[in-house]
Amino acid sequence: MSGGFTTILRRDLLLAMRRRGELANPLVFFLIVLTLVPLAVSPSPEQLAKIAPGIIWIMALLATLLSIDGLFQSDYRDGSLEQMIISPQPLWLIVLAKVLAHWLVTGLPLTLLSPLLGIMLSLPEAGYWPMVISLLVGTAALSLIGAIGAALTVALRRGGLLLSLVVTPLYMPVLVFGAGSVQRAVDGFSPDGPLLVVGALMALSLLLAPFACSGALKISMHG
Amino acid sequence: MANWTWFHRLGSPKWFYEKSGRWLRWLVPLTVLVLITGLVWGLAIAPPDAKQGHSVRIFYIHVPSAMLSLAAFYLMASAGAVGLIWRMKLAFVAMKCSAPIGAALTALALITGSIWGKPTWGTYWEWDAKLTSMLILFFLYLGVMALQEAYSDKQAGAKASAVLALVGTVNIPIIYKAADWWNTLHQPATFKFTEESSIDPSLAWPFWIMIVGFYGFFAVVLFLRMRNEILYSERRTQWVRALVKGE
Repeated sequence: MSGGFTTILRRDLLLAMRRRGELANPLVFFLIVLTLVPLAVSPSPEQLAKIAPGIIWIMALLATLLSIDGLFQSDYRDGSLEQMIISPQPLWLIVLAKVLAHWLVTGLPLTLLSPLLGIMLSLPEAGYWPMVISLLVGTAALSLIGAIGAALTVALRRGGLLLSLVVTPLYMPVLVFGAGSVQRAVDGFSPDGPLLVVGALMALSLLLAPFACSGALKISMHG
Repeated sequence: MANWTWFHRLGSPKWFYEKSGRWLRWLVPLTVLVLITGLVWGLAIAPPDAKQGHSVRIFYIHVPSAMLSLAAFYLMASAGAVGLIWRMKLAFVAMKCSAPIGAALTALALITGSIWGKPTWGTYWEWDAKLTSMLILFFLYLGVMALQEAYSDKQAGAKASAVLALVGTVNIPIIYKAADWWNTLHQPATFKFTEESSIDPSLAWPFWIMIVGFYGFFAVVLFLRMRNEILYSERRTQWVRALVKGE
């Protein structure tokens, strides 16, 4: 059983490595949109510091949302998704491997990049650790929840916009507690409570999302 | 083995069409009566609130529609689950038809809430925890409806949106808690609406009547929509043709 998991994980990571350009896209998007913020709002450090926790979290959310669209797309087009569904491996495990691969190539790099963006938006010093931890755990939850939307819309011709419409409301709790933990730390309180809630949301989505996803994939493939 | 024939009969569109016609004959007048009683009592007879004056009367529309919009989501998700598990056609019809009603009730709750906000908060829109979670509930409804529409295969669309509705059901309590916590983080509550228990009985009675009336209204509209949907999807069957020609 674990053999199938590692095989899919290795395959997806290998495919991602072969498309380096695509791999960097969410990160570049993250950076570009962040540059727009001072241009649109104001370059004053005090103002930027005030909105930095929320803006960084929203950008991470959007970058995940944009990249999750492709999670099942190429497998659907070349027929390997069909093979995965009829294979003796449990589908939820395959889904889990694919989501893990997605997180390793988007969520994790986003998290590692975030301190740089914190500096650019003059995030107060107290916010860095909560930001890194909340993004590390939170982007995993975002990938898991987003995978449900990706599975539901994979067979549709123009699924991209619909995917964001379907998934964004579901992202709201993760965003609230993720950005909230950074905000609390910046305000001088302990960020532990909301950070633990982000962890709980991640655990809950880890538990439920693979099953919802595999059900959704079967519906997408066979109606 | 238990006798499950009643359950399978419930899944037959023809059976539902005939039964619901009979139910509606008494459900419609009853609902109209209850709604009129509640409205007249709430809007004209009940005394105005000591602090908020007459503006409190919008409460009789706002709170029942907010309650119903949430209940409708759960009903929609349960119907979707029944459809997924037992592959019951009628359950998907119920799910599909309750989505727009629920969305409309959520919109009504949002609109009446913001109208109520003008005299009490001084603005039409306040990022209050309840209004915010209502807004997200509205987006969830839009997502379910949009997903349903996007599929060209109606059956697959119904199944997909049933999965989404179920995922949304898990999310709704979390969204409500998150909005609550977020609200205390950013703006400590300075003004709180009266708790249910502290409402004077003279105000509470029309409120309960309105809730019953809204449930009745929901049932009536749901049945009417389901009947339409059934007639359309079964339009090629013998009994619908006979019905159309006969009447």
